[in-house]
Amino acid sequence: MSLASSSLSSLRQKLTAGEISSREIVQDVIDQISSRDHEIGAFLSFDPDSALAAADQADISLPLGGLPIGIKDNINVEGQPCSCASKFLKDAFTSPYDATAISGLKAAGAIPFGRTNLDEFAMGSSTENSGLQTTHNPSAPGHIPGGSSGGSAAAVAGHLIPATLGSDTGGSIRQPASHCGVVGLKPSYGRVSRFGLVAFGSSLDQIGPLTRTVEDAALLLNAISGEDPRDSTSLGEPVPDYTDGLDHGVAGMKLGIPKEYFTDGISPQVRERVESAAKKLEAQGAEIVEISLPHTEYAVATYYIIAPAEASSNLSRFDGVRYGNRVDNPEDMLSLYKDSREAGFGSEVKRRIILGTYVLSSGYYDAYYLRAQKVRTLIRRDFEQAFEKVDAILTPVAPETAPKMGDASGDPLKHYLADIFTISANLAGNCGISVPLEPIEGKPVGIQILGPYLGEREILRCAQAVEAGC
Amino acid sequence: MADPEIDVRYVANLARINLSDDEVTRFSKQLEDIMGYIKKLGEVDVEGIEPSAHPIIRANRVRKDIPVSSLPAESFLQNAPDQASGQLRVPKVVDA
Repeated sequence: MSLASSSLSSLRQKLTAGEISSREIVQDVIDQISSRDHEIGAFLSFDPDSALAAADQADISLPLGGLPIGIKDNINVEGQPCSCASKFLKDAFTSPYDATAISGLKAAGAIPFGRTNLDEFAMGSSTENSGLQTTHNPSAPGHIPGGSSGGSAAAVAGHLIPATLGSDTGGSIRQPASHCGVVGLKPSYGRVSRFGLVAFGSSLDQIGPLTRTVEDAALLLNAISGEDPRDSTSLGEPVPDYTDGLDHGVAGMKLGIPKEYFTDGISPQVRERVESAAKKLEAQGAEIVEISLPHTEYAVATYYIIAPAEASSNLSRFDGVRYGNRVDNPEDMLSLYKDSREAGFGSEVKRRIILGTYVLSSGYYDAYYLRAQKVRTLIRRDFEQAFEKVDAILTPVAPETAPKMGDASGDPLKHYLADIFTISANLAGNCGISVPLEPIEGKPVGIQILGPYLGEREILRCAQAVEAGC
Repeated sequence: MADPEIDVRYVANLARINLSDDEVTRFSKQLEDIMGYIKKLGEVDVEGIEPSAHPIIRANRVRKDIPVSSLPAESFLQNAPDQASGQLRVPKVVDA
C-alpha cells in the first residue's frame, strides 16, 4: 500500500517510530497525483516545492506533524491560489492570509497540500458545475463524484492523498463522501470558524474533513475546531479530544430512524443497506427507535430560498473591482460589473444569484424569504424534539448511489431534490457524518449519522461502530 | 404566496449580471420550475413562528475594543485587476 493511500493515524505511527519521513509521504502524494490524477481530476493545482520544503521543516511531535492534507479550492491558504473553481478567479487570486481552519491545521503540524476541485463556488452536488475541470469518481467509473466537495472526496477515494478538507452548505461533504466511499463529517454550525472560507450561505456553511477512517476525521476535527475572534458565529464551547471514546461502541445508545426519510423516493437497495446497518448496530446493543421529523418535506424548498438568498448577497463582492477577472475596456462602472460577472460566472452560479435576488426583491421578501426562515425554525424544532428521545439519527445520505455523469445537467430541480437527506442538518445547524457501507453493485454508498448540536462525539462513536462492523 | 412568474432580465439587472438571450429563455423555464416547487411552503402554518436567520440564536457578540494590526494594503491590492497609487482604479464615475 502506498503512503498516499494510508490513513493519517497509521502514517503517524510510522512517522513517530522513525520508519518513514514526512518528505517520503509528501513525495508519494506528488507521485500519485502526477501519475494518475489526469484520469481523476481531483486537484486543480499543487505546489510540490513548497510542500516538500514544509515536509523537511515538519515537527512530527505535533498531532498531525508532517501529514499532507488536501484543501478544497474555496478555503484560503496564504500564498496559494483560491479559484473556487470559477473562471472569475482563475489565475487572478492569491490568498493573502490563512483561513482559521488552515491556521489550526498548521498549528497541529499538518501541511496544507494542493487545491481540490469543486462545483463553482460550492454550488452543486456533482462537481460538474466546476468552471475549470471535470472530476471523475474513482470508485465508480463513469459516475459523478458528488459535490460540491467532489475533488476532496475523489482525492481520498482515488488514493492520491490521505485526507482532505471540504465545506458543507447543504451536504457538500457528506454526499460526495457517500458517492466516493470515504468518511465525511459536517461539524455543528459554529464548531469550526468560517473565516477564510469563501462564503456561499453564511448561516449554513461549515468546513469539515473527508478521510479514510472515522478516527482520521476525529483527528482533523481536533485541529480545526474552536472559537475564533474573526468569526462571531464560532462557538466558545471547549473542544474535547474527539478521538477519546471512539471505540466505546453503541451499547445503550438510542438511535432514531426518521420515518419521513424512508419513503418511495429512495432506491430500495440504498434503503436496504441503511436498514441492515441499523440492525447490526441494534445487535451491538443500540436501541433503534422510530422517530418523526414532520417538516422534512419542506426542507428542500426552504433551503433553495435561504441558500440562494445568502449567495446572491455574498457573491456581490465578485464585482471585478477588488479582485478577480475584469472585462477589458468597460464603458462605465455598470458595464464593468455586469460584463465581468457575465464572463466570470457559470450557469449554476448565475441561476442561484438570480433566484436569490428574486426571493429577496421588493414585494416577494415576506412571501419567500421570511416564510422560509419561519419554516427553518420548525425544521430546527423537529430536530430538538427528536434529540430529546435519541442520541443520534440514522438516515441515507442520498436517495441513490452516484448518478452517471451528465444525467441531470439540464434539470436543476432534479439535482436539488436529491439533497433532501442532507440539507436539514445545515438548516438546523446540527452535525452529521457519512460513513461507507457495503457497496451496491460495486458503487459506494454511505449511511448518514446525524447528531444533536455539538454532538460530534456521539456521531463519531456511532460511526466508528459502523466502520468496524456494518 | 406570490405568483412565481419571474422577469429574469429585470432580476438579472438587479443582480448586476448580463445574460444572453439563450440564458434568459433557459433560466425563465428553470426558475419557474423551481419557484413552482417552492410554492409548497405556502402549505405550512407559520402563524406565530419566529424566523431563524441562523441555526443558533445568539445575542450580538462583541469583542474587546483593542486595536490590532491588519494586513498591509499591498497584500490586498496584489489581487486587484487595476490599481494606481495604492488605490483600486475603475472607469470614471462622475463627469469632470
